[in-house]
Amino acid sequence: MSGASSTATMPMPGQTESRTERETRPPRPQQAAGQWQDWLFERTTMFFALFVLLTLVAIILALGYTAIPAFEKFGLGFFVTNVWNPVTSDFGALAPIYGTLVTSGIALLIGVPVSFGIALFLTEMCPAVLKRPLGTAVELLAAIPSIIYGMWGLFVFAPIFGDYIQPMLTRVFGDLWILGPLFQGAPSGIGMLSAGIILSIMVIPFIASVMRDVFEIVPAVLKESAYGIGATTWEVVWNVVLPYTKVGVIGGIMLGLGRALGETMAVTFVIGNAYKISASLFEPGNSIASSLANEFNEASDPVHRASLIALGLVLFVLTLIVLTLSRLLIAQLAKGEGKKT
Amino acid sequence: MNNLYRKRLFVNRFNLVMSLATMAFGMFFLIWILAVLFGKGFSALGPTLFTQMTPPPGSAGGLMNAIFGSFVIVLVATFISTPIGILAGIYLAEFGKDKWVARATRFINDILLSAPSIVIGLFIYTVYVAQVGHFSGWAGSFALALIAIPVVVRTTENMLSLVPSSLREAAVALGAPMWKVILMVTLKAVRGGVMTGILLAVARVSGETAPLLFTALNNQFWSTDMNAPMANLPVVIFQFALSPFDDWRSLAWAGALLITLTVLILNILARTVFRQASVR
Repeated sequence: MSGASSTATMPMPGQTESRTERETRPPRPQQAAGQWQDWLFERTTMFFALFVLLTLVAIILALGYTAIPAFEKFGLGFFVTNVWNPVTSDFGALAPIYGTLVTSGIALLIGVPVSFGIALFLTEMCPAVLKRPLGTAVELLAAIPSIIYGMWGLFVFAPIFGDYIQPMLTRVFGDLWILGPLFQGAPSGIGMLSAGIILSIMVIPFIASVMRDVFEIVPAVLKESAYGIGATTWEVVWNVVLPYTKVGVIGGIMLGLGRALGETMAVTFVIGNAYKISASLFEPGNSIASSLANEFNEASDPVHRASLIALGLVLFVLTLIVLTLSRLLIAQLAKGEGKKT
Repeated sequence: MNNLYRKRLFVNRFNLVMSLATMAFGMFFLIWILAVLFGKGFSALGPTLFTQMTPPPGSAGGLMNAIFGSFVIVLVATFISTPIGILAGIYLAEFGKDKWVARATRFINDILLSAPSIVIGLFIYTVYVAQVGHFSGWAGSFALALIAIPVVVRTTENMLSLVPSSLREAAVALGAPMWKVILMVTLKAVRGGVMTGILLAVARVSGETAPLLFTALNNQFWSTDMNAPMANLPVVIFQFALSPFDDWRSLAWAGALLITLTVLILNILARTVFRQASVR
């Protein structure tokens, strides 16, 4: 590192040494010592960056290796078999995978429109004074620990849901052609639908905050020109803001999906812990995360344990794919930001 | 006005009202959950909570061992994750920049930020608990540290990239080596922001239950041994809430209130610290 550098317009502190300088003025001894420390410092920070990078690889390898007994015994059939019997040591992942996908699907079905509404409210309608407190309040939904959602869901939400909402849903939708079977069965309050609804509340802050962020990067000129030709607020949002930000919005939805897939405690409390696939959303089920939380510590049989770890691996790979898509989409929007005018 | 205008105006009004309704929907659940929590939690709160151990079924007691265990596990996790997170963040912001290592790390870090915490617990179980053969407080701290690291990395990098180049150039021009520039000038300039990241990470892990189930497990008694199963609030709440005993359930609500208050206070603290830092 050259001390009294003459290059006034050096671009980066890390690359200050231009070649001519090095030739004309060799570094003094203490600078050489400094460079040695710099080298060590850079390597140290790089080591920890690599540590983060390798964590992901290590998780996949460790889970994959520990799950081998399950794959050896059941093969690929593990993923498509609907059986879970610790007594006969017979395991298949279909029911928990189904439960995970269905509860996350319900969460998105409710969470996405609500998040869109909240983002729209915060960016276009909210008075400036309320913007900050309301934005913070939405983010607080994400700060509440998931076990609190679980307790509230089981002791407060589920009884009310089972007594009032579920019978109403059966009355309204129960006789419909395709939707009907989804809303039939005993209104117990716990089950896939309750889990999905609670999940939807939990993913709202994540989706809404991404949507809000991407809505705010829309250039004011674009919106103003639409308003200028007489568009209403809704038309501006639907025809200008949303098309401009759709990649980022999808990225936000994917982020919410990633959260919903792996959410454990809230789902464990209300999903009912039953390994079955039923047409009705009122029936109890199990998600991958809730099976793990419920059973892992009691599983003494190695095959049982390996099967649960295999479930964890499935969950991790699933979220990995979803989150990767989410990141790529959001990054793509950021890249286009500079090009469009 | 003709029909088209009336229709457009109606659609606009309707959708804006719906947007307002969604905001109300979100606030409704936030207030409902907090109201239930405070209602049930405060009635179970009492001095014995902090002076007695978790009771056997059917008798009164407190949460002293669980509060202590949670505190220690989170504290150790913070001490592990802070240096790792800050150093990795420094690499990304100051050295790595656009190199592939840095880009890959940034990407993976963003993914780890949202990775399911139960899988992190499972990972620590397979690589640590299963190897040493018993659950322990250390394992719990390791799991929580792995969850906290991405948060610290992310905020450290974001904060460092806000530092104007002129500040670095000024320090370099005085002859300071790079490591001094980074540790004593750039990092110092954004210490408020980095503190925010650490606080947010602590807030995030204090409420985590799933990763502790397979690592720290639980302990009914007072224990300061990090190398043995350790009581902690989230797992105690999980166990007590799902039990049929009224004493246990009311303790679970009290614990839930404690955890939520801690997390919310940490969040608010982080926001105010950060606000001051950015004003300065």
